[in-house]
This record gives sequence, structure tokens and C-alpha cells, in this order.
Amino acid sequence: MRCASKTFPFAAIVGQDEMKLALLIAAIDRSIGGVMVFGDRGTGKSTAVRSLASLLPAMKVVKGCRFHCDPGTPAPGCLDGCDTPKMRRKLESEMIAVPVVDLPLGATEDRVVGALDLEKALTRGEKGFEPGLLARANRGFLYIDEVNLLEDHLVDLLLDVAASGESVIEREGLSIRHPSRFVLVGSGNPEEGELRPQLLDRFGLSVEVRTPTALSDRVEVLRRRDAFERAPGVFQAVWQRKNAEIRELISASRKRLAFVTIEDQMLELMSSLCMAIGADGLRGELTLMRAARAAAALDGDRNVNRSHIKRVATMALRHRLRRNPLDESGSSARVERAADEVLGA
Amino acid sequence: MNMAGVDDSEAKARWDDALTAAAMFAVDFVGLRGVAMRAPAGPVRDLWMGYLRSLLTPDAPVRRMPAGIEDDRLLGGVDLAGTLRCRRSVVQSGILVQANGGIIVTPMAERLNPATAARIASVLDRGEVVLEREGISQRLETQFGVIAFDEGENPDEQMPAALAQRLAFHLDLGGLSARGLTTQRSDIRQIQSARARLANVEQAADNIVVGLVRTAASFGIDSIVAPILALRAAQVAAALGERSRISAEDAILAARLVLAPRALSCPTDEQVGARQDAEEPGSAPQSSDHCEGDVSASEGLSNIEDVMRAAIQAALPSGLLGALKGRSSFRSKPTPQSGLGTAQASSSRGRPAGVRMGQMRSGARLAIVETLRAAAPWQTVRKAERVVRARSRRIEVRAEDFRIKKFVKRRESTIVFCVDASGSVAFHRLGEAKGAVELLLGEAYAARTFASLIAFRGQRAELLLPPSRSLTRAKSILSALPGGGGTPLSAGIEAAVQTAIAERAKGREPLIVLLTDGRANIANDGATARPRAFAEALMAAKTIAAQGLSAVFVDTSPRARLECEQLADSMAAKYVSLPHVEADRLRDIVREAAG
Repeated sequence: MRCASKTFPFAAIVGQDEMKLALLIAAIDRSIGGVMVFGDRGTGKSTAVRSLASLLPAMKVVKGCRFHCDPGTPAPGCLDGCDTPKMRRKLESEMIAVPVVDLPLGATEDRVVGALDLEKALTRGEKGFEPGLLARANRGFLYIDEVNLLEDHLVDLLLDVAASGESVIEREGLSIRHPSRFVLVGSGNPEEGELRPQLLDRFGLSVEVRTPTALSDRVEVLRRRDAFERAPGVFQAVWQRKNAEIRELISASRKRLAFVTIEDQMLELMSSLCMAIGADGLRGELTLMRAARAAAALDGDRNVNRSHIKRVATMALRHRLRRNPLDESGSSARVERAADEVLGA
Repeated sequence: MNMAGVDDSEAKARWDDALTAAAMFAVDFVGLRGVAMRAPAGPVRDLWMGYLRSLLTPDAPVRRMPAGIEDDRLLGGVDLAGTLRCRRSVVQSGILVQANGGIIVTPMAERLNPATAARIASVLDRGEVVLEREGISQRLETQFGVIAFDEGENPDEQMPAALAQRLAFHLDLGGLSARGLTTQRSDIRQIQSARARLANVEQAADNIVVGLVRTAASFGIDSIVAPILALRAAQVAAALGERSRISAEDAILAARLVLAPRALSCPTDEQVGARQDAEEPGSAPQSSDHCEGDVSASEGLSNIEDVMRAAIQAALPSGLLGALKGRSSFRSKPTPQSGLGTAQASSSRGRPAGVRMGQMRSGARLAIVETLRAAAPWQTVRKAERVVRARSRRIEVRAEDFRIKKFVKRRESTIVFCVDASGSVAFHRLGEAKGAVELLLGEAYAARTFASLIAFRGQRAELLLPPSRSLTRAKSILSALPGGGGTPLSAGIEAAVQTAIAERAKGREPLIVLLTDGRANIANDGATARPRAFAEALMAAKTIAAQGLSAVFVDTSPRARLECEQLADSMAAKYVSLPHVEADRLRDIVREAAG
């Protein structure tokens, strides 16, 4: 957010509909379990994620709380004392932009999980906790570019926290836990190293982005890139309205989400789709259901129908197939084929 | 690359392009991102660099970055002395921040590990360093250009594509001689006035944007980054030429400098053309018949796109596609032999992976900030304990506070199979050896290690399979491996050592598995001379030990031979006598040796 002046507008990204849809779904239903974006360089992966920040409706937090406590329901035992009876009576709240926290390559563990506040310890001999990125990302998004280059121990740690929603710190004589619920968004280039499979299926959605191939799209990419680099401010102003429309859409869809219903027949279809491709485990079905519901909310529909399922099937399931190392045929194609069979072309 | 003399006109053209690129880069090093240059250290490179420096404002920082740089120098970290003195976190900025407004020079860019390249690339893209290290959380704006010197001697050694792709110019000065080269071109005033004019260059006309996009596509350049950089280069060329709009010449120059080195295929080939046409719905490219590199036809071409194509083709060496494959420095797609997913750091210490409590032993590296953190909570207690209550503000660090940096050993390894396919072995066991190697290759694939295959027979050793993970390819090569002829053992061992050392440089742990009966009879000069051949094999074997390479010597002769044991000793290798080359036993042995 601090460098908003340099953010390329989300609405101005050419094509890449699947990636945009996945990010919107994650913005509407945070329980989706995160998004992994795989793709070539220069396809706007990180641009899209970073520009998503400006599209998220602001959220209410306890003023000054480093963990972004919700004034209505502060985290029990919040380290900043939001939960104490004395504080609760006079909690001040403020609206802030939803944090989209960047986890840069080269980040050290102490900054990710938080650590003893060195300055305080050395100057005043106090044992204070200096929260890390996991605290800052609470109730927001945590973005890791080049996730396949991140050190394994950090990735494991992040996945643990993402799954449990709580960060536990046991180091340097500190014993602390604090809420850390975030939507994990990762992006990476498969050419730079593959992601461990056990890691991949812990992301809710997985999308593959390619360089646009249509001539007109490529030309448009060039034009917009050029216009943006010449005058970022002007370019942003031009796209402001389109961006605002998307922001509206997210808010409205969030409200609609609770009222979207799924008929039993649709649930059965989703189950048979998962069975058809051998995506084992409940996680696939659950993600498919949530994603379809979010897609319906985006469309303004009250019921989930076949077209919603079909639109999200690939991104919800492509990373859950059993892979045969010698079989090169793409998993996206397999999911699409199965979806055509089960849902009807 | 081409060490033999390059013919004069080609050398001059390459040098001229290099000078033009330098001037353009000096005008807009931030927008053009950088120059990747294949050139060994030497007078030609120094001359070019000197010219470039003469075009930069004198106060613009020029920072050298070693390929093995670590994060605290690259991105920044805690300045320990300052922190302790001031008792608050003092940040020491990294090279990427220090180079703000200037350039970074990286010699030996082919040694850059992919993780470092990715860090630089992401900072280039964002224009800021996001520092989340050692208790520091900062964003520091920085804009710089990169000069990456690629000194790789063979096409396998290339700088990481993540960085190379983002740099506008890819030059090749290999094989040029400094004699007679001049640099008198632009001077700094021209550069500065071009820089001032750059913002006023009008938006590119449609035919130029479309032309660049289509030209890129017709040469098989998938990435959209290439035409974006080419467009930028065209704008810079216009500014340098004191024009307010991009002329056809500017666009053609940009196509030649930015697109040509990235070309992967040539539009003549109808099949290739057809594949790309799928990307261009409706209109097929106007012409696909100028692959002869015939520029003289350019007057007749009204279409700017055709001229661009002709210019690129002229810039490509003759013998096209074959040459393209070898020349295309910095391809994005890894070839099978370069291996997938080499995310490993090449530093001999492995990748940093957090810290742990520990003692300062030799080789251990202290994580100072973590150590201070561990010591901090105890300071009041320790002060109270002191016998002499000096009013010292010193921080007391004790042995139990020490935190040691942890490194993971590389997980990737390469097994270099060196198989004796000579007559003496072929009669006995070549079939079995093949079976065993095939089984091991399968294992290697499953364990995600790389495998390489060298066979020696007749007069020489041959690298049949460069380190690869492709099982199918390995199998087909293996089954086609013929047997018979003499035993050039020393050549085989030397080839294995070379491959192993190259692998080690890439950050993988090599293991040489030598299958032979040890009956060396071909000397290095190709003569049939048993004693000399054996002596030379012994010498070669010693290099394995000297290089500290791990090896397994599998003696395939019917009875264990003394010579073989002698060879294994010289290699400091594990010796096994396996007259029947039982695949299962061999697998166990290799597994054990590979750890």
C-alpha cells in the first residue's frame, strides 16, 4: 500500500481471467485456503496480487493493535491487551486497508514469526515481543513471490500457521501465541524449481498463467505497460473507475455469499467429478464447493449451477491429481475432460 | 565462445552494436534494466566497460557484485558495530540499495545461483528492496541497471534465465581482439541530453508496436518481456537520435539489439511458422521467405515488420537454426541436460536454514543478532552477578547464548556413470552392466538425482548423456551403446572427473561410479601401450582423490584384480568386485555411497 503510486491497476491487466477469478474468489471467501499462481515471467502474477490490495474493502480494527484485532471480537489474550476487561470498555477502532503483506525472498525467520525486541532488551532489559510478518498479515493476505525458492523450513512454518490460524513462538525465552489468519497467496515459475507436491495441495486454488498468445492481447499488454511507465498517475486515474467497479463487486459478492444455496444434485455432481479424476481426500470437494459458491455470488446468482462448477473445477482440482512422473500429459487437461464428462459439455 | 579469429566485418558489427547498446543503456539504465554480456575478462571487455563508464554521470554509483554474494550484503542487514554502539538497530544497506541511481556489475554471472538472481530480479521489477531480516523491517527504494558478465565457457554454463530475461541487451564479445577497436562514439553530454528528451518521445505508432510484437513471435520468442524491452529501446534510440517520435530505424535497431539474441527459431521454416501463426489469428505473417539473411532486399519491403525480420536474420550467424540452438544464450526453458529445478545454492556451505544453539567450533558461523537476542534477557541478572560492579554498559554474552547458523546440505546429487564398453568387458559383462545402470538410472530418477553416462571404448571416452533427469532419454542411449575395441581407461576417468567437477560447480554433489575391468591398453595419445596406459590411468585416478570427489570402483573382471584395487586406492574410492554385475548389489552399494 505504501507504494500505491507504483501499483499497476488490477483492472488493467490484460486477459489472465483464470488468475483474476481465483484471486476474486479468495477475496470473497477467505476460507478457500489460499491461491497458488504458477506461470511464466512477465505474465503479471505479482502485479495482480499486489494490486488486489487496493480492491479489498477496508476493515475495522482496534486502534494501534499490532495484530489487527476486530473490535467486536478481540482475540482472547491479545498481546496488545485488546481482550482485557478494562480495555474492552474503551476500545477505539479505526478502519484500515486490508493488509497484503509481502514476504520477500531472503526474509529471516525472526522477521517472519516475530522475535524478542532486541532494542528493548539491550537498552531497558525488558523482554518484549516484536511481532513479525505473520502478525501483520492477520486478517489479511500473505503473499510470497517465487514460493519455490523460499527456504523449506520457512515454507513449512507458513503452511502450519496458515492451517491452524495461530502462530506459536517459542524462542529466546518467549512463549507466545497470537492469531494469524491470512489468505496465503504464492506465485512461482515452474522453471525455477518445482514445488513439493505435499505443499501444493495445501493451497485451495491453483492457477497456471501463460503469456498471452493472441496478437491483439500482446499489443495491448505493450501499450498499457508503456502508458503506465510513462505516467503512472495518469494511467491509474484512467483505470480508477474500472477498479472501483471491481471493488464494488467484491463487497456485494461478500454480502451475497451467505445466501447462495447449493442443491443436493449439485453436490453430487461435485463428488462424482472428484471421484472421476481420483482427487482423494475431502479437501478437494470442500474447496470445489466453496469456490463454486463464490463464483455464484460473483455472478449474482442465488443457486450454484453447472456453469459455476465448471468454471472453478480446474483451479480447485488440478493440483490434487495423483501424478505419474513419467506421464507428461497436463493435469489441467485431465480435469477439463472430466468436467466435460460429468457436467456435460 | 568462438575463440578462433572472427572475421573482421562480423567483429566490427558486433563491436558497433555493443557500443550502441552501451550508449542506450547509459541513457536509460533503469528502463532497459541491463546488459548481459558473454565475454571473458580481458581487454575487450575492459574497453567496453571503460566506454560505458565514460557515459555515466561521475557520481553515479558503480558497484561490483560477486556471484556468491550473501543476503546480508545483497539486501542489507544489521550493522552490528553500529547497533551495539548506538543500542538500537542500525541498518547496513545492501548492494542493491547502494547502487541506487547507478549500476551493478557482476562478473562471472554464470555462477550466480538462481535464488540470488531471483532476488535481484524482483528488486528490478519493484524498484525497491523489501527488507525483512534480522529484526529489521524496511522498504528502501532503489533503481539501478545491471551489467552481467557471463564468462561461461560452454553453453551449459549460463547465467540464470530469471535475470537474463529481464535485461534488454544480450551481447557477445567472445573471440574479439582488442586490436584496432575504438570507442569514439557518443559523449556524456549527448547521453544527458538524450535522457532529458526521453520523456518527450511520443507514444509509439501502431505499426511499430504491432511490428515488434509480431516479429518477436515469428522468431519463437514467447516471453512478453522481450517486446516490452524492445519498445523501450526504440524510445531510447529515438531520444539518442534527437527525434521526438520513434522512427522505423529506431524500431529496427531495437529489434536487432533486443530481439535477435533471443531468437529461438526462424520464420522460414514452414512448420515453425505455422506453429506461431496459431498465435496470430486471422492474419498470417506477410512473409516467411527471408531466412537467407538477405538484407539487400530491404529497400523493396514497405512493411516495417519485414525489415525488422530481415535485420534480425542478418544479425544471426549463418547456418541458422543449428547455431541458434547453441547460441541462444539464456534460454528460458531449461534443456533436459541442464536439469530442472536447480534451486540449490552453489555455496559450498549449503543453503542457510535458520539458526540453532551451539558452540563456536571451527567452521561454525555465528548468527550474531540471534546470539544477542538470546543474551539480552539475562543482562540485568548478569550485571547483578558481577563481582566488580563496574558501571560498564557492556553486554555480557556467554557460551550458552551462542547461536550458530544452520545450513542444509545440498539435497541434489548427480551420479556419473563411467562405463567400460571395451572388448574385454563386452565379452563378459556389458549386457549386465547396462541392466545395472538402467536400474540405477530409474532409482536416480525416483530419488530426484541427476544421472550422467560416459562410455569409453576404442580410442576415446564419450559423454553419452549429460547430467539429466530424463529417464526415457537415458534408456534409449544406453540400449544403443555398442561394445568392443580397446580400453582408454584414463580418457574415461578424465571425462568423468570433468563432468563431476562441472556438476559440483552447479551445486550438486557428484558421485562417480566406474565400471571397468581395469585392463587399460590405450594411452592418451591413442597408442596401444599397456604399461603406459595403466600408468596414465593411475594418474587420472589420482585426480579424483585430489579433487575430493566421491567414487565407487566396480571391478567387473571375472576375478578381483590387483590393478583394480590399486586404481581404486589412487581414487580413494570404494572398491567392489562384482564379476557378475548383480544389479541389486550394485544398487545397494551406490545407494550407500550416495548417502
